[in-house]
Amino acid sequence: MAERRYIDAINLAHHEEFARDDRVVVLGEDVGRKGGVFGATAGLLEKYGEERVIDAPLAESSIAGVAIGMAANGLLPIAEFQFADFIHPAFNQIVSEAARMRYRSNNAFGCPVVFRTPYGGSHGTALYHSQSIEAFYAHVPGIKVVAPATPYDAKGLLKSAVRDPDPVLFLEHKRMYRIVKGEVPDDDYTVPIGPAAVRREGKDLSVFAYGWMLHEALQAAETLAGEGIDAEVVDVRTLAPLDTTTILHSVAKTNRALIVYEDNRFCGYGAEIAALIAEEAFYDLDAPVIRLGGPDVPGIPFSKPLEEWFFIDRHKIADAIRRLAAL
Amino acid sequence: MSAMEAKPRVSARHAQLGLSDRDVLEMYYYIALARALDERMWVLQRAGKAMFVISGPGHEGCQVAAMWPMDKAQDWFVPFYRSIAACLVKGMTPTDILLGLFARAADPSSGGRQMPGHYGHPRVKILSTSSPVGTQYPHAVGIAYAARVRRTGEVTMVAIGDGGTSQGDVHEAMNWAGLYRLPVIFVVENNAYAISVPLHKQVAGGSIAARAAGYGFPGVVADGSDVLECYRVARDAYERAKRGEGPMLLEFQVPRLGSHSSDDQQERYRTKDEIEADRARDPLRVFGAYLESVGLLTDTVRQEIAARVRREIDQATEAAERAPLPEPASAARYVFFEGR
Repeated sequence: MAERRYIDAINLAHHEEFARDDRVVVLGEDVGRKGGVFGATAGLLEKYGEERVIDAPLAESSIAGVAIGMAANGLLPIAEFQFADFIHPAFNQIVSEAARMRYRSNNAFGCPVVFRTPYGGSHGTALYHSQSIEAFYAHVPGIKVVAPATPYDAKGLLKSAVRDPDPVLFLEHKRMYRIVKGEVPDDDYTVPIGPAAVRREGKDLSVFAYGWMLHEALQAAETLAGEGIDAEVVDVRTLAPLDTTTILHSVAKTNRALIVYEDNRFCGYGAEIAALIAEEAFYDLDAPVIRLGGPDVPGIPFSKPLEEWFFIDRHKIADAIRRLAAL
Repeated sequence: MSAMEAKPRVSARHAQLGLSDRDVLEMYYYIALARALDERMWVLQRAGKAMFVISGPGHEGCQVAAMWPMDKAQDWFVPFYRSIAACLVKGMTPTDILLGLFARAADPSSGGRQMPGHYGHPRVKILSTSSPVGTQYPHAVGIAYAARVRRTGEVTMVAIGDGGTSQGDVHEAMNWAGLYRLPVIFVVENNAYAISVPLHKQVAGGSIAARAAGYGFPGVVADGSDVLECYRVARDAYERAKRGEGPMLLEFQVPRLGSHSSDDQQERYRTKDEIEADRARDPLRVFGAYLESVGLLTDTVRQEIAARVRREIDQATEAAERAPLPEPASAARYVFFEGR
């Protein structure tokens, strides 16, 4: 088994799915000759040609809309958006068209499209290259939203997404691309869309996170272990549909819950997990549910001290864990 | 129908276009059928039996003509809410349309989930559509792209009104299709109004068809009341697509014989003279006059067609009204795939 970077796992999944099924195509800005701005589609053009690896015009709504039409006529498109921030012009196509196609046609037409995009803040990417967009889409029935945090999951979940008969928004926190490494088998394996994963067993409290926040949360948990606080860390992994069973089971075990997410705190994705726990696990709780979300400013600012102020890191998470443990 | 069996008259315009007498009478039948169906829907709405109607009186001639060269089984159609006549030619039945009007479970477009006028039918390859206008243009491009990858030889036609051409999606789709020279026919049914907003407040530059040049393919204008001219340009577009030469934009200038929908009264923003002038351009009347002039639409034939249309629409109304409504709990189904 080879150790691979997160981005290489994504690239490998593309290559394997292209080889497995000639209905798979990729379309997006710079996905062809350049191989994608981060290299996710590198090598596909050389192997599979321009017909299946499509350098699309710079127009996000049509990237989504054309993919929907391709899917209606028998292809399995992967539509890449360079940054999650640029997906907003395609919001209507994804939400009103892709997510509703099966429902509105009473099951006559499906929409097996994968919408892939890097999201989240990394150093120096600022407003318009750092947004977290998951809450907008997870809100809408008819589209699945996944945010894998490990190279193993990235490959396995992307392959599941390509084979899924419904639209999937596939979110890759871009800070992971080159930093996060892990074992990725060369086998044709998939990771099912749906189940969450307990990444660290613990008994004192539960931390729920996804994407890059998972790695920060795991680091914080290790720090706290030295202080005698034993945190369980759950990788939510699939945001829609949400694995409520694993979440509630963890809360029943630890009786305390912290939700960490990089998106703006207000109406962010963490609110859904908090509401779930309040509704379904109120009597298991020894303390109020805590949300640690991004500050409610319109974006991550560019200048280093401003950026550091925004970022949620292991130190902020550790502080939140201490606060929760003391309640 | 005896007259439909007659041999083509080589001197007539339709014969010069390669259309038989039988073809043109069948085209007239579809125009009359769509018109009568349209009128029936409004009657049902006014009688309180249907909630909402959105239809296309005046648009039928160009729709029938544009759909005529298409292969009804093989090719794709991506409609808009005025595409009744086109959907009928493509293979939907009056019962299919009225099942949608009554929101019945058997409505092939959406099982009663969408408002009337949101056509879709997998068996005859009509893609499901939504309400925001213009969104279906990129879908048609994607279908055409897939047809090329899969080597199916399918041609895709997509229709919209003049107001819809203001949408960015329409521009983006035509840019794609031009870049990849895809087998797609873009139809714009220009009735000069986007609800109440007239063309001059909607379309800069004065011409919709002229925009095609910017995308690298031809755009043509045809009088939407001249069914044979509409057929001629549509056939050219179809043959061009089949030859692999890429897309074409067809702007059909049609009369607007009705209001935008049953929730609208065009008399509030259009003058009586203007509405009257449109009536003179009614394609049913204009095409009927042509068929009379070449001796095809005799009183007997007209009566035969009228009787056939009435009978089919009466039967469709009865069947659709009698059809069961959806089960309430079925509203939870098909958010996602439920298995084969």
